[in-house]
Amino acid sequence: MRQTSDKFKANVTAALQRPNLRVALNRTTTLLQTRRAGVIADFPEYEEVRDAGQRIKDHTLENLDHYLVEFEKNAIASGAKVHWASTPKEATDTILEICKAHDAKSVTRVKSMLGEEIGIGEALAANGIERVETDLAEHIIQLAGDPPSHIVMPAMHKTHEDVAELFRRKHAEPPESDDVGELVESARRELRPKYVSADIGISGANFIVADTGSVVTVTNEGNAELTTAPPRVHIVNVGIEKLVPTTEHCSVFIRLLARAALGTEITQYTTFHNGPKRLGDLDGPEEMHIVLVDNRRTEMLADFLRPMLRCIRCGACMNHCPVYGAIGGHAYGGVYPGPMGSVLTPAMTSLKQAGDLPNACTLNGRCKEVCPVNIPLPDLMRRLREKQWRENLTPRSFRFGLGVWAFAVRRPWLYRLGSRVGVGVMRLLAGRRGRLSILPGAGGWTRHRNLPAPEGATFMQQYKRVKRGARGNGEA
Amino acid sequence: MNSDNDALGFEAYKKPRVKPRVGLFVTCLVDAMRPSIGFASIKLLEDAGCQVEVPSLQTCCGQPAFNSGADDYARAIVSQVIDAFEAFDYVVVPSGSCAGMLKVHAAELFVDDPQRMAGYAVFSQKTFEIMSFLRDVIGYQPEGVRYDGVVAYHDACAGLRELDIHDQPRALLDGVEGLSRVPLEGDNVCCGFGGTFCVKYPDISNEIVEDKARCIARSGADTLLAGDLGCLMNMAGKLSREGQSVKVFHTIEVLAGMANGPGICQSAGDMRSEEASALPTDAAGSSTKARS
Repeated sequence: MRQTSDKFKANVTAALQRPNLRVALNRTTTLLQTRRAGVIADFPEYEEVRDAGQRIKDHTLENLDHYLVEFEKNAIASGAKVHWASTPKEATDTILEICKAHDAKSVTRVKSMLGEEIGIGEALAANGIERVETDLAEHIIQLAGDPPSHIVMPAMHKTHEDVAELFRRKHAEPPESDDVGELVESARRELRPKYVSADIGISGANFIVADTGSVVTVTNEGNAELTTAPPRVHIVNVGIEKLVPTTEHCSVFIRLLARAALGTEITQYTTFHNGPKRLGDLDGPEEMHIVLVDNRRTEMLADFLRPMLRCIRCGACMNHCPVYGAIGGHAYGGVYPGPMGSVLTPAMTSLKQAGDLPNACTLNGRCKEVCPVNIPLPDLMRRLREKQWRENLTPRSFRFGLGVWAFAVRRPWLYRLGSRVGVGVMRLLAGRRGRLSILPGAGGWTRHRNLPAPEGATFMQQYKRVKRGARGNGEA
Repeated sequence: MNSDNDALGFEAYKKPRVKPRVGLFVTCLVDAMRPSIGFASIKLLEDAGCQVEVPSLQTCCGQPAFNSGADDYARAIVSQVIDAFEAFDYVVVPSGSCAGMLKVHAAELFVDDPQRMAGYAVFSQKTFEIMSFLRDVIGYQPEGVRYDGVVAYHDACAGLRELDIHDQPRALLDGVEGLSRVPLEGDNVCCGFGGTFCVKYPDISNEIVEDKARCIARSGADTLLAGDLGCLMNMAGKLSREGQSVKVFHTIEVLAGMANGPGICQSAGDMRSEEASALPTDAAGSSTKARS
């Protein structure tokens, strides 16, 4: 995927000019917030399960080397082939090799963010292999030529009216109205035949289980099953952090995932894929390949970003983020948007390239509050800012300004003098109006809002006066 | 503060119980922009039976440096605050975000220095946001305070999520005569201020505060209250730019019975319907006059 995180500000300007975007985002995030709140309220042991989730992930990450090897052993025992990829290129090369070995002309794919991360779409296109996206929202954005704007609902940036218009242009038997049911039927007519004719099915995984070697997919549309069972070959691309020790541990996350992501207790389909078709099985792939991808996760494991590897990709952080709600996912310019993306993208690209992302956050903490595995997202973003400061990546003008300010703040007499002058100037400019609608050097503020005029002398000046007065009164 | 109060220690004489010694951390925004919040804090704390002082060596809590990743500056500034307040039983702050910085976040600055961490831990334990202090520590409830208005209360994020300030301001406000609270849709959603965020990313901030202004308008309230001046300035600035007449005050101003002047971003001239011309603009002046 093309990275445009370095053009964040321009992306934001473009996003804010799209009138339908706010409508689309508001509709879906509001619904998801309400549903999540309801389903969490009906889940009395939520906090315990959440803590258990955090502890299981932390334990697994602490012993990742052990559990990865155990997973590999058990996956091989189930009949799957396991591949290791440290970079996105190694991952796509492995997948392409498998495609070539089977002379694949077309693949069906269940949406996975890991697939976006390694650029599977581009890699298949460059090798002339047809890619059919089987997830409804992913089908929409494939038709539109858009990257996903949300990790669970990749077409969140589109209203159903937008989708109806798109389907009318692109589908063989287009829908007759904007009705959502009609749109789904239209996509079904378009996609169904392709499920059975594909040579290879590619999926991601929500979890991989060390002690059984299972790959777990959690979906609502049933497309994971239709993608992975009919074709001869099933390829799984998955990040190494998706590991859990046992099936029992996995159930903790299944309880958390749908609630956090969709505000439902469970999804329609939770499937444990265990190796290829066995003797006597009625269906299933003849070969199953699992590509375990690092893509700098081990670097995160080794430093302060480790808690980010707990992420189960539910999207709750972005559903509750006011910044995401204002600008949508594309503006972030990376694979992962929202708060989790603002931590992951700098880690997976560079802090220089994605320098805006950890800063474009009010640190309001709502993402941390709703995270089902307690990832301290605002704290991680602040740590990234600290790293930027240390590595001299903070804009020079800002560094200088903050330096001057800090110099004064540590000298109270100088600070008092400075604030007296500043307050005086602002009061002079405001006159009797009580506010300023324009202030040189504060355009960022006054472009959209008025600035209150300082009430009077500074508190410290007034307090001194009052104290002196009180003393005078007392002596009299 | 003045003759009929505690300057000569008469209160202490009358009440044998030792008054807690509270150092007020005014915050840089209150110092510069709205001193009346500082005086309202002093009045409330004194009414609640505290002996209040404002140490002169305070400036800022260090949050702008901390949130910009400049940990060395932040450490120096927080250390300065710790020193300035060493003599006090409590440090009280009329801002959730400054209190959150001092009470919670600053710990991160001392993790590599056990000795200073120990000193910090003492400071952290005695530091409180003012509404939390009044309710959770003192158990204060206002009496005989009146504010005639329909109030929407916004939970400023830092107070809400870092210090668990939610019920305290509501309980305090429910003790004010004439005041009725109405629900504010999205009262726990950020207003888009975010410190330097709002000037670094003004257009995003504006989208967020526009939403907030719509919710405030829909609430039907004539007064908006919150516990953090930064957020209040952001929301008041937007409401004022949009020409909305909602009055905006810090919760403390209402609780202290000092919300009878112009709201944030308002002037005496904006209060035509009230007896605006009689009100002095200098908060300290008005409070001393009114009570001496």
